[in-house]
Amino acid sequence: MTEPLVRLEQVTVAFDDRPVVDRVNLTVSRGDIVTIIGPNGAGKTTLIKTVLGIQRATSGRLSVAPGLVIGYVPQHLTLEPTLPLSVRRFMLLSGRALSDCKAALERTGVAHLLDASVHHLSGGEKQRLLLARALARKPDLLVLDEPAQGVDINGQATLYDLIRQLRDELNCGIIMISHDLHLVMAATDRVICLNQHVCCSGYPEDISRDPAFVETFGHQVAESLAVYHHHHNHRHNLHGDVVSSADAHEGCSHDHH
Amino acid sequence: MTIIDAVLGDFFWRALLGGLGVALVAGPLGCFVVWRRMAYFGDTLAHSALLGIALSFLISVPLNLGVVITCVLIALALVLLSRTRTLATDTLLGILAHSALAIGLVALSFMPDVRVDLTGLLFGDLLAMTRQDLVWIYGGAAFVLTLLALLWRGLLMSTIHEELARVEGIPVERLRLALMLMFSLVIAVAMKIVGVLLITALLIIPAATARRLAHNPEHMTALAVVFGVMAVSGGLTLSWYLDTPAGPSVVVTAFLVFLMVYAGARQSRH
Repeated sequence: MTEPLVRLEQVTVAFDDRPVVDRVNLTVSRGDIVTIIGPNGAGKTTLIKTVLGIQRATSGRLSVAPGLVIGYVPQHLTLEPTLPLSVRRFMLLSGRALSDCKAALERTGVAHLLDASVHHLSGGEKQRLLLARALARKPDLLVLDEPAQGVDINGQATLYDLIRQLRDELNCGIIMISHDLHLVMAATDRVICLNQHVCCSGYPEDISRDPAFVETFGHQVAESLAVYHHHHNHRHNLHGDVVSSADAHEGCSHDHH
Repeated sequence: MTIIDAVLGDFFWRALLGGLGVALVAGPLGCFVVWRRMAYFGDTLAHSALLGIALSFLISVPLNLGVVITCVLIALALVLLSRTRTLATDTLLGILAHSALAIGLVALSFMPDVRVDLTGLLFGDLLAMTRQDLVWIYGGAAFVLTLLALLWRGLLMSTIHEELARVEGIPVERLRLALMLMFSLVIAVAMKIVGVLLITALLIIPAATARRLAHNPEHMTALAVVFGVMAVSGGLTLSWYLDTPAGPSVVVTAFLVFLMVYAGARQSRH
């Protein structure tokens, strides 16, 4: 096994003595895709902010590999309307060379927007821009906070596919928060269901049968996930066309009945 | 030499030179005020400048120094108080802005042997610009512009997305303090021209005017300087010929430029 990129041991974050993240253990190594799911107010964002170093842990240990470069894709890019900004300028603010920025935009499929104003981008385009921004830094660890927000349903599947491909290309670790349970289950190696504490964690197939998961999300969700997996044998690209499932499921441990 | 002496010997030209120096820094800093929604914050600092003047007389330090130090202290107090979150930020700013102004006025009234031109301090004074003030203005402007240039990427990035900036290792908190220091300096030097009550206008109006025409942050900054220079030279000329107060004349000019640019931009869209 390789050295872990990030290791959390018994990490607790409390606001006014109320624990928002409660004794969480988490290890992410190169090549891992860890998805954090959980109801609203479960402490998902607080947990990843702790990993990012923005939020200080109240107790517990956070160890980070030396020289770790983190690429962060925040939930939103809400830009002040008074601040004029082009995609090019936003990318260059990363401090990376233009060629790196262009390559990253190319990779996330928004290279044609190089000279567009960030204000005029759609929700999906903004997410891809933020992803490109993170990629330009050539990260060891990619942290994404609900990357598919504001992206239409076909685009979501493509986006998660892209994230998985990026993991392979960069050989980086990935932590993401997601609400898109169906898509997450298909694209993830490991799922952590958070409700302040880790209520269950493991491989997607197992977790949807876990009693703690069923309790948190209800029978309907758990059952629909089970059903979904039976029928999930193809994917869509950005245009909604079906693409072959062979490469889409590469490295994924699905149990197709 | 004789030309320089002739120019510096004439108080109108001194005021104009000083005003242009102020416009040079007010442009870029004004952009940050607009981008970071700090207009009310700027007002609070400007109002506390009057308190700084009173304190300078009290402990007999140079006025400019007293104003800078007071503004920095008020800025630090604001940062600390806003962290406690017991009061909404705008309430807090309102309390500090007007209290600082009021305390300054009361304190000055207790010093009968100190003769200050209150109207000049509040609304600016064309005649009050000395050669020493010019040194302060250009020294301050050079310092602020150098600092801005050095910190530009970090400041801009933490304005666009604070958390993203933090993750990328940008010292967001230290930059915030640096920005406040720069504000305090600009207030101290701009006070002479437009007066403490109108400084925020000189920061905001040229920047807002520039927004209409700019397509990137640096472009906006440069345009804000141009509009600031127009406001200062137009306003001081107005003040000179019509004997109107300097500060309000500068702000009125800035406002007219703002209206024209917005009307023009609207026209060109059709």
